[in-house]
Amino acid sequence: MSDLTYLTIAQLRDGFRSGEFTAREIAEQYNAAVASARALNAYTVETPEDALAAADAADKARGNGELGALAGVPLGIKDLFATRSVDTTAGSRILKDFRPPYESTVTANLRRAGAGMLGKLNMDEFAMGSSNETSAYGPVISPWRRKDGGNAALAPGGSSGGSSAAVAARIAPAATGTDTGGSIRQPAAFTGICGIKPTYGRCSRWGIVSFASSLDQAGPMAKTVRDCAIMLEAMAGFDPKDSTSLDLPVPAWEAGLSSDLKGKRIGIPKEYRIEGVPGDINALWDKGIEWLRDAGAEPVEISLPHTKYALPTYYIIAPAEASSNLARYDGVRYGLRVVPEGGNLDAMYAATRAAGFGAEVRRRIMIGTYVLSAGFYDAYFTKAQKVRSLIKRDFEQAFEACDLILTPTAPSAAFGLGDKTADPVSMYLNDVFAVPASLAGLPAMSVPGGLDEQGLPLGLHLIGRELDEQVVLNAGLAIEERAGFTAKPQRWW
Amino acid sequence: MSVTNEQVRHIAKLARIAMSDEELERLVPELNNILDWVELLGEVNTDGIEPLTAVVPNTLRLREDKVTDGNCRDDVLANAPVAEHGFFAVPKVIE
Repeated sequence: MSDLTYLTIAQLRDGFRSGEFTAREIAEQYNAAVASARALNAYTVETPEDALAAADAADKARGNGELGALAGVPLGIKDLFATRSVDTTAGSRILKDFRPPYESTVTANLRRAGAGMLGKLNMDEFAMGSSNETSAYGPVISPWRRKDGGNAALAPGGSSGGSSAAVAARIAPAATGTDTGGSIRQPAAFTGICGIKPTYGRCSRWGIVSFASSLDQAGPMAKTVRDCAIMLEAMAGFDPKDSTSLDLPVPAWEAGLSSDLKGKRIGIPKEYRIEGVPGDINALWDKGIEWLRDAGAEPVEISLPHTKYALPTYYIIAPAEASSNLARYDGVRYGLRVVPEGGNLDAMYAATRAAGFGAEVRRRIMIGTYVLSAGFYDAYFTKAQKVRSLIKRDFEQAFEACDLILTPTAPSAAFGLGDKTADPVSMYLNDVFAVPASLAGLPAMSVPGGLDEQGLPLGLHLIGRELDEQVVLNAGLAIEERAGFTAKPQRWW
Repeated sequence: MSVTNEQVRHIAKLARIAMSDEELERLVPELNNILDWVELLGEVNTDGIEPLTAVVPNTLRLREDKVTDGNCRDDVLANAPVAEHGFFAVPKVIE
């Protein structure tokens, strides 16, 4: 039996269907790979029985000819998704041992498509972070290493750092991620994989632990663009349980894949040429433009004048929404409870939240509480919501001149663990290219384009019109075909 | 705008997060750094601009005022730190 962990979802699906191997063989190989890669700290919980049960169901169904789109494919699930009876902690101490009595809509959709679960994937606490270092379980260590940087442990990106590391290290064929301000795309770029955040509302947020409700959106992280299309089709869909879910049919994205971009105009925003970005990244961006031109598209310069205001806007809106969402962690109904000796209810709330939340989460709750407090609400929150309108309008105007926007995904390659923890603002700057699309609710994807001089992956970032995931995926495919990105991390774990 | 120790203590109280003096000392400059940085938004002219409320146009769906689940008390209480007699139990509220 060959090593099935090298295969894509499409190859696993097709090989399983044609009888080259069984779903049980896939699950067993992945379970063994997961168990042998604990040095990466990618999984917080392993669920090998779950993967095997789904595999056996798929093997049985193959005989009956009724197969879901992901039958036979085991997945890693970010620990932000509620999974029935399986620990769901959002990477936080405050939710330690929480076992939801319900299943998130996205994971229920994936299960209905036949997917099994390999385990829950580590992440930044409540998805707040860009390096996975805020997790109560400790950081995930990227499977990648610098060519000549010794053995420094690198960040896998965040907040979906367990997801990106797992796919890159081949301990999951694909994984769910969530993206609030770049948490799918930046880790995908850091680890040389693909990830797409669909239009806000495509995927139900029901059963996903909330961070910033107007921004949070689930999406797939996988080896290839095609795998992203397959998995997104299975995840997306209208859900009456989420009032922000869009009541629209799910397009057949995989069937619609085509790297022929004739007639498409690709917008290159001049404001994304920012100071201090390594030459490697701008050089890759230029290559990306040439690849899309080669696929038949015409590059055009566009302007997104409010780009530099996107990050500060985000760092008002996201903490504001988080401070409100995280008010539910109070030690009453679930999670941690700390009661100081002789303390009353208020003392219990305060002590529970102090002990349960890590430093970054407390920092953001504090900012959010401040910007929403009487006297500052208009100066900060309302102002940010107005600037958010302008950022969205920038994109609307740009899309009159182009069909798609190409930028780098992140302003650097993966950095070392600990390199940015002392300065929150420098950590926040990591999402400078990813955040504007989040504020505008647009579909956006990262595709690996090449390696920097240290041999670390760099991503290209595609932003599409609202609901136009197909064009994003198609351009991603065009880049993938031309970039020929086949680099893989050398196994050290 | 910058925040003082006293203000940060007040915010911590509003946020229901217990905070030591040490932590407060550390947090004040951090918050001020972040607030300085977001002051950048002051440059943007937002006269006549409506604040964005829905990022993707969507209609608010209302459902019938009907119970759609229920009889799941034990599920709801299953994760409670302390539950007694079918209720969540908390420390004394009224002294």
